Amino acid sequence: MHESPITGNGDVVKARQAVRVLAQEARLSLVDQTKLVTAASELARNTLSYGGGGTMRASIVTRGTSTGVKVVFSDQGPGIPDLDLALTDGWSSGRGMGLGLSGARRLADEFTLDSAPGKGTTVSVLKWAR
Amino acid sequence: MSERVPILKIGDVLLVSIQIDLEDQMVMDLQEDLSQRIVDTGARGVVIDISALEIVDSFVGRMLASIAAISRVLGAETVVVGMRPAVAMTLVELGLSLGGVRTALNLEQGIGELRRSRRNGSVPR
Ligand SMILES: Nc1ncnc2c1ncn2[C@@H]1O[C@H](COP(=O)(O)OP(=O)(O)OP(=O)(O)O)[C@@H](O)[C@H]1O
Ligand SMILES: [Mg+2]
Repeated sequence: MHESPITGNGDVVKARQAVRVLAQEARLSLVDQTKLVTAASELARNTLSYGGGGTMRASIVTRGTSTGVKVVFSDQGPGIPDLDLALTDGWSSGRGMGLGLSGARRLADEFTLDSAPGKGTTVSVLKWAR
Repeated sequence: MSERVPILKIGDVLLVSIQIDLEDQMVMDLQEDLSQRIVDTGARGVVIDISALEIVDSFVGRMLASIAAISRVLGAETVVVGMRPAVAMTLVELGLSLGGVRTALNLEQGIGELRRSRRNGSVPR
């Protein structure tokens, strides 16, 4: 289990590197490593810029004979009022391209988003080795 | 002050070779530095080598697109070279098409691409 704070710009880079190390350890293919690290990068930046900072927890998981890497981002920020809207390609409340959440969902094998106004946000992505 | 990405001038082409995993601030600084260098040098082409980049996320993708757009307005054509196959596959799935950005497999082809568009006069000044 790797846990790190996402409170500054440099932490987004560190988060990418930590996820890369775990993805290699779990023997994800190069393409799957790249997809997971990219998804993590998007979510880390959201945690920072919308969640006001938070935490990343990344770990290797097993289910049956499968091995994968799960990365969870959580923050105590304002939360997301409309999850469907936030997951719409191209929708951004700021000046983004609105691809972070929807793209991370596509890049991951499993994706969860738990958020409500005033409750903060928890997003997870999981990628299996195949 | 944060580290900055070096910009090399070769003839009338500016070459940016991104060698490390960039923090967002460095990405924004690069955009600014490059715009200024185009104006200062009158460069007609920009080549951005991303062969060392292990990922391109939406932030870097947007930077590449806006560098291409800004440099075009300033009279220079941009070519992004060296994108790794895994990065390309990931970008497409992420939803970033990089529509307005010209790409080439490597530096040599990128420079060739700039020469060709110059001959065809696609960036009038
Ligand atoms: N951790 C978070 N806390 C609060 N709101 C969030 C969080 N993550 C995402 N959002 C909201 O969801 C919207 C969509 O996020 P998404 O990452 O898809 O796009 P973006 O960050 O605006 O742009 P991009 O990621 O393409 O640069 C954001 O604009 C923001 O309003
Ligand atoms: Mg985002």
